Parts: sequence; structure tokens; C-alpha cells
Amino acid sequence: MANDMNPTVDKTEAEAPETTAGGRIYRPLTDIAETEDGVTLMLEMPGVSAENVDVTLEKRVLTIRGKVEATSSDKLQLAYAEYGEGDYERSFTLSDDFDPEKIGASVSNGVLTLTLPRVAEAQPKKIAVTAS
Amino acid sequence: MLYPTYASRSDPFAMMRSMMRGADRFSSSRMAQPVFPAVNIWQGEDAVAITAELPGVDPADIDISVKDNMLTITGERKAPQAPEGARWHRNERGYGKFSRTIQLPYPASNDNIEARMTNGVLRIVVGRPEEDKPKKIEIRAA
Repeated sequence: MANDMNPTVDKTEAEAPETTAGGRIYRPLTDIAETEDGVTLMLEMPGVSAENVDVTLEKRVLTIRGKVEATSSDKLQLAYAEYGEGDYERSFTLSDDFDPEKIGASVSNGVLTLTLPRVAEAQPKKIAVTAS
Repeated sequence: MLYPTYASRSDPFAMMRSMMRGADRFSSSRMAQPVFPAVNIWQGEDAVAITAELPGVDPADIDISVKDNMLTITGERKAPQAPEGARWHRNERGYGKFSRTIQLPYPASNDNIEARMTNGVLRIVVGRPEEDKPKKIEIRAA
């Protein structure tokens, strides 16, 4: 890459063991919001279609993987690159009150949205303290 | 142009790492804001293609225009919507208006440009006008 160009927003590589095929793995930028009903995660995974997303929840660790469909062309050759293409991977440790069966996932314009509803019995219960 | 910080606020080490990575940039004369979107440029005999990653941007919010050999991509990344009373754990994604101008190797007209958006990746193909293509000159036998 030329040094005289403007710096662009870097994609961070994930701290994951390297791939056998030599492809890169990026850490998707994530927004996480929590409400009383649960947690919503929004992960940026450009180039990943819905069928190539893999979400697992095992022992409180939520792992998100996305396989990129690399841009390639028979007639055109890459002449200048500011961003790299590669798969995405990131994991989060959750508090254990989420039901893996109820995780909702959808992909729209390269953003994966995950909704994790809180398990009913784990919803905060207020304990009244009585003065004696 | 607004570019909110990308470094994760909740992970000070990620911020430090990104600062270390950027350290060599500060030594150069440029202290420009990062450019969004980053683009890759593809070249061929009959066309040039520009690809850019625009996750979370609705294709309807992107405007592509061309004037002579300058191609401009403008648009807006909308701030994420959260329900009332939501508490943000992380806010790493950026949002706001963006604009980027790219110089093409030849002047192009609107009718030989094709843009497509798939899974948050924008791909613009600019066809090379006939008059710009190299002409083969035949050598006739005398």
C-alpha cells in the first residue's frame, strides 16, 4: 500500500490462531445494547451472507463466525487495496441466563443482528426488605 | 465529515494496540482523519471496478455521481436504534455522513456505470468509453 494515501479505518484482525489456507480473520466491530428483556448485538460483517453465518453458544461463550464471499473477477484485477477481505470471528462470554434455543439472528446489509432474550425465571426479581 | 472513534471504549488494550499501530502515521506529515469508506480498485481492459465495504448502510442512502473522471460516493451511516431504556455495553461501529471522491483513469458517463450492493459491499463498475480504448492499427502491405 502506498504511504502517501489517506489513512483509512482499519479492520482489526482477530486474535485467533491462523488459518490453514492463509486467509485472514477479522474481528467484527460490534455494538451491544442491553434492555430488561435481553441483549442485542450488532456485528459488522460486510461480504457475509445469511447462510454463511455460524452462531454457537456453549458454556456461556457466544461465538460468531462469518465466512466471506471474496470479491473476485475474471476480467478485472485488483490494482489498489485499502481494505482486506477475510472471514470474521469473535466471541463473548455471557452471563449464563440466556437460552441458546431462543437466540434470534438476522443479516441485513452486511450487519448481523443477534437478539438474546433473557430466560423468564432469570428476569430480575425484586426482593422486598422489611424493616423489623 | 464526522468520524466517531472506532477504538473500543471498554477495552483499553485494544485502544492501545490501535494507537501503537497508528504511531508511525503520526510521524509523517499527514494527520488526516481516517477516510471512509476504504476502497479497493480493480482494473481490466474494458472496465474499472471500485468496491467498498459499507455495512449497515441502506443502498437507498448511498449516492453515486460522476463528473468527468471524478467519481463521488456519498451517504450516511445511521446511528443504531436501541429501545427505550437500553444500556450500551459497546459502541464500536461508526456512523454519520460520509463522502469520498475517487479519480478514474478516464472520464466516464452515467450510462456506463453500474452499481450493485451485496451484503454490505458496494461494487461500482465503470465501463471504459470506446474513444478511450486503444485502437489497433493495421499495417497494410504496399
